[in-house]
Amino acid sequence: MKLHEYMAKSIMNQYGIPVPQGRVAGTPQEVAAIAKELGQVAVKSQVLSGGRGKAGGIKFASTAEEALVIGEELLKADLKGLKIEKVLIEEKIIIDRELYLAIALDGTARKPVLIASAHGGMDIEEVPEEHIVKKHIDVNIGILPFIGREVVRRMGLKDAIGKQVGDIIVKLYKVFKDYDAELAEINPLVISGDKVIAADGKLKLDDEASYRYPEGTPITEERTEREKKAHDLGISYVELEGDIAVMANGAGITMATLDIIQYYGGQARNFMDAGGGAGSEATAKALEILISTQPKVILAIIFGGITRCDDVARAFARVKETMGIPVPVVIRLSGTNEAEGIRILREIGINSYDNIAEAAAKAVELAKAN
Amino acid sequence: MAIIINDQTRVLVQGATGNQGSFHTQQMLDYGSKVVAGVSPSKGGREVHGVPVFDTISAAVEQTPVDASILFIPAQLVKDAAFEAMDSGIKTIVIITEHVPVHDAMEIMTYARANGVAIVGPNTFGIISAGKCKMGIMPNRIYMPGKIGIVARSGTLSYEIVNGLTKAGMGQSTVVGLGGDRVVGLSFVDVLKQFEADPETHGVVLVGEIGGNSEEVAAEYIKEMTKPVVAFLAGKSAPPGKRMGHAGAIIERGKGSFAGKVAALEAAGAQVAQLPWEVPELIAGAVLKRKG
Repeated sequence: MKLHEYMAKSIMNQYGIPVPQGRVAGTPQEVAAIAKELGQVAVKSQVLSGGRGKAGGIKFASTAEEALVIGEELLKADLKGLKIEKVLIEEKIIIDRELYLAIALDGTARKPVLIASAHGGMDIEEVPEEHIVKKHIDVNIGILPFIGREVVRRMGLKDAIGKQVGDIIVKLYKVFKDYDAELAEINPLVISGDKVIAADGKLKLDDEASYRYPEGTPITEERTEREKKAHDLGISYVELEGDIAVMANGAGITMATLDIIQYYGGQARNFMDAGGGAGSEATAKALEILISTQPKVILAIIFGGITRCDDVARAFARVKETMGIPVPVVIRLSGTNEAEGIRILREIGINSYDNIAEAAAKAVELAKAN
Repeated sequence: MAIIINDQTRVLVQGATGNQGSFHTQQMLDYGSKVVAGVSPSKGGREVHGVPVFDTISAAVEQTPVDASILFIPAQLVKDAAFEAMDSGIKTIVIITEHVPVHDAMEIMTYARANGVAIVGPNTFGIISAGKCKMGIMPNRIYMPGKIGIVARSGTLSYEIVNGLTKAGMGQSTVVGLGGDRVVGLSFVDVLKQFEADPETHGVVLVGEIGGNSEEVAAEYIKEMTKPVVAFLAGKSAPPGKRMGHAGAIIERGKGSFAGKVAALEAAGAQVAQLPWEVPELIAGAVLKRKG
């Protein structure tokens, strides 16, 4: 789950990381009122996407009147396809220098990695490697102050500013750990006179740890309605653009099925990995989600491991009986309790294929014919 | 031979009395795995399909030696269970569970690496040395003992490929599922090194997918291997920025792309199959060619 900038900065601030003074607003009038209090301000669109500045989502105002106009303009607009529901109004800060600071996951090292640079303010991917300081973190030790001191030294920072950045590194790790973050990023971390301030803040939290997020952690939603429904059923579901609805079990085989559909000249309507031990009821609900996308054909590729083929077959039978399946179904069943699954499907008039190539080619053919 | 587990491996099941734990204990016994004990807190004294159940791993190992443990444990409790296994001195641990918090996984892997423990998973179908021992949830009937080693990030995709190999008359030495999460224990390289050293394995099939860079890291090692490697990768058609089921299967900021992985593997001398059913012919050809 990605948090909005204002949420991330509020959390970072609770951990003692300085952020600009500011508040969030949902109407132009609120924008103007906050601007009146703060004077010169930045008005920043709160959408869950990077590159907001370049896309015109961050604007500056010197007066409350200007802020009102900007508020009116931003709050009815879309940015990168996302509706701007809220803007963050912050005091404008003098920028002497921009730094970069992040703690991210390094899956290959199986550890968090601290990434820092004295060249911040741009996408870290664009910063030359020699200007980036990286330090892997042992999670069973965490970031002790000496790590902050050493990283700061390698960034070429000194004295009081260096001390502040070192402290921020330690605090940022605490946020990263307490919130089960996948990414905690400050870009830019601004040197403004004798102060160091997090001018932007990004937090991405691990969805799997949501049960233990600290109390009061805000919730954001990036999923579509259908994706949300699928998620609640414990099913991985991603909407795509095509017309062949896909259900498979296992992420790899689902991805491969999408690739094979493309290979035969078709396009999948979705990615759906029905699991992972999905019982008959969950599978039936998953099938209902697919039907609701109004595809031209439904393609199910089942290889039973933890999932049992007879459970899947019963789900199709139940949905066919209760709500009907308005489009052709092409299904491949193989694995645990396969014979029983095939028998159940035959009873409701669905023939099973035993290889993916035939099933996928058939699905593409039916989609083109409809 | 085979790698990691064999016909002597004495297996403990954590979470043996649960729905999945019980079902798969039966399946593993049917396959011929030596399942010697189960552990389920507060359920000690029972039996699951004839296997004695203990309250803790210590209680189990006091009664019977154990080489490896497999976890059928809810995600929130995996950290506790994995550390219990490591604390008891078990050196091979298979974590089937999906949705383990990534911070827990990092803690487990850090401790495991420091203490010489091999972790398979989390979010894996497990590991099987064909005809000898199975620790996992894969369907028993598709495997056939033989000379091909398989290492995969995805379960069901590996089943497809194994099925194809078996139908083509090519058996398997060991099949290892690394797990679909961003942080997992054994990597492609760890497993490839063992296959390279295993006299029973004559060729290796690597089943990868988009996201992360473990295939690219594997490619660096494949350059040094004497045994042929054939790869199949999933996710060619996946749009960037979307997490395709596995937590690790996402193209982020241009990294982890399909094309990059194929290029790295091919540059290392591995053949990359375009479709899963091309794998048997490619690996058969590669193994024959190497033997000259």
